[in-house]
Amino acid sequence: MTLSSMKPGESATIISIQTDEALHQRLLAMGFRVGKHIELIRKARFSGPLQVRIGTTDILLRRVEAEKITVQT
Amino acid sequence: MKRIALLGMPNTGKSTLFNRLTGATSRVGNWPGITVELLSGKILLGNEMVEIIDLPGIYDMHGFSEDEQVVRHFLHDNVPDLALIVLNATQIERQLSLLLQLKQFNLNMIVLLNMADEARKLGITIDTEKMSAALGMPIFLLSAKYGNGYPETLLATTKALRYSTPGMPETVRSQLEQDEYIEREMALILKQTVQIPARLPDNLTSRLDQLMLHPWLGLPIFFGIMYLLFQAIFLFGQPLQGGVNELFGWLREIAIAPALGSLPDLLQGLLLDGVYNGIATVASFLPLIVFFFLFMAIVEDTGYLSRAAFLMDALMAKMGLDGRSFVMLLMGFGCNVPALMGTRVMRSRPLRLLSMLVIPFSLCSARLQVFVFISAALFSPKAAPLVLFSLYLFSFASAILTALLFKRYYPNSEPFVLELPPYRFPTLRQMLMRGWHEVYQFVHRASKFIVAGVVLVWLLTNLPPSAAPAGADTWAGILGAWLHPLFAPIGITPDLTIALIFGFVAKEIVIGSLAVIYGMSGQALSGALALQLDWVQAYSFMLFTLIYTPCLTTIATMRKESNSIGFMWFSIAWSLALAWLSSLLFYQSARALGY
Ligand SMILES: Nc1nc2c(ncn2[C@@H]2O[C@H](COP(=O)(O)OP(=O)(O)O)[C@@H](O)[C@H]2O)c(=O)[nH]1
Repeated sequence: MTLSSMKPGESATIISIQTDEALHQRLLAMGFRVGKHIELIRKARFSGPLQVRIGTTDILLRRVEAEKITVQT
Repeated sequence: MKRIALLGMPNTGKSTLFNRLTGATSRVGNWPGITVELLSGKILLGNEMVEIIDLPGIYDMHGFSEDEQVVRHFLHDNVPDLALIVLNATQIERQLSLLLQLKQFNLNMIVLLNMADEARKLGITIDTEKMSAALGMPIFLLSAKYGNGYPETLLATTKALRYSTPGMPETVRSQLEQDEYIEREMALILKQTVQIPARLPDNLTSRLDQLMLHPWLGLPIFFGIMYLLFQAIFLFGQPLQGGVNELFGWLREIAIAPALGSLPDLLQGLLLDGVYNGIATVASFLPLIVFFFLFMAIVEDTGYLSRAAFLMDALMAKMGLDGRSFVMLLMGFGCNVPALMGTRVMRSRPLRLLSMLVIPFSLCSARLQVFVFISAALFSPKAAPLVLFSLYLFSFASAILTALLFKRYYPNSEPFVLELPPYRFPTLRQMLMRGWHEVYQFVHRASKFIVAGVVLVWLLTNLPPSAAPAGADTWAGILGAWLHPLFAPIGITPDLTIALIFGFVAKEIVIGSLAVIYGMSGQALSGALALQLDWVQAYSFMLFTLIYTPCLTTIATMRKESNSIGFMWFSIAWSLALAWLSSLLFYQSARALGY
């Protein structure tokens, strides 16, 4: 499933990241790597952004972007 | 002079360290190879002067963002003698990648694992000696904010400067592509040197966020905080602004005017009402800017700005903006100038430009003064508050319309992937530094432009010498008559056109200029306005005043912050066009309806 369909409190492992180059690099720098453990902390209302945690870093990203990341629980 | 560059990811404490190193001596300047200005400062280190440069935060040495390009070009054309690499010790597992990339540049560098205090609290231990040996470069733990480890850092920096830089090989970019190698090396080093507790302690940040980012309470709390912030800035800032104005008025009375008394009238007017008033205008913005950034430092440093982005993003994304633009837009309701300066937190240039295009439509406190006066003069006490309220609605509507119309020309170039830092409270020193830097930059960048503009408007409204000041025979009056065909359809008389020309300088002087034009003030002026204008004309005038260029200081700030004269002219032209169209639509419909 995709990162955007996870529910708050759930955690999963990143399986793939399918984005354009620029976003991919930014995600890498933020700690998104295949095989990493990721936790969804919360989702903003009105289809707003997601807050996720990878390691010690909390990150905000939009749902459209989160749809491009597949995870496995 | 030897050069030291500060490098690292955003939010790792580079500016904090920079401020600690340079104190208040820093200045902005241009560098070969790049178009943006960078902050730098000169200090005495050991027994020589060195220059320290604060580079923008980067995630990746071969990234695509504007900042990443700036840093690459800077390093290419200005190889530093030493690079201080600032990493956030609590996020070392992901920040090490940047370090390994930088290592390949063969720069002379020292690694500073900053936020050592936070790392300790989280139970993260880092064996710097081992890491230093593994990486083959000096590594120190530091807390730039509180100063722990700072003396050691200084010592090491002084020592490292004695060796010269090997220089940056041209082939380095191709080397940089070796991501895989970097990843393997990274995993190995982390395993050997860093210990992170399996579960982070359920800290204060998580608990605070449960409230601040609460699904239902989050937004009301956000608006509450914005309201308080707004009140605080203007509660402190406005009396001081009044004080500065009085001080300048008093100085003028007792010292400047008598000193210039022997000069011919025209020259005296030019110096007093042109140059001196220009300087006074610059000065009157300083208190607001200081307080704005004192409080902005809190909002930014606590990490609340990123939280605002989280809360407001759903709405703002539709307008091509983000939550941080919204905070600045709201602050613009106090004063547009610091709000424009505050857009610097947005690192995507198109996003920043779009925000800057939108902010001047915020009904600032100077415009409010004009509206309060005119609506009191022309509307019943019952209707006046409604008139004011409707103007606030028009202000929002203009901003939204502008964003919607232009968002596709300013596509956000930066992915919306933001770090959500833990809550931190800035020290007083950090807040004061911020206020000081912003004021310094404002004076440095905008003052000449503002004084020149005030002088220009003075000349327009006082020349030729034979004409009565601000009268129909002055150049401004002639311009007003010449523009009459344009302003007649929106119900604005030539007298009022002159007031609008004054309004380019500052909205605070619009009422004052009407007083000069009509030769009366206060109650008498209200009466005269009520006789000369009907409510439709008055409302049309207010609408125009609301939407067209707020003031010279805003224009000067816009020019400097966007670093583009073209963008400044575009913003002026668009606001004039929108002002004219809105007034036209209003005035003609009202007349057509028989008012
Ligand atoms: N706890 C702690 N906070 C720090 C330290 N250094 C910087 N900060 C905070 O980290 C945030 C980002 O710092 P800043 O200097 O703006 O980072 P920059 O983006 O790299 O220039 C600010 O809130 C600082 O107050 C430190 O050593 N310890």
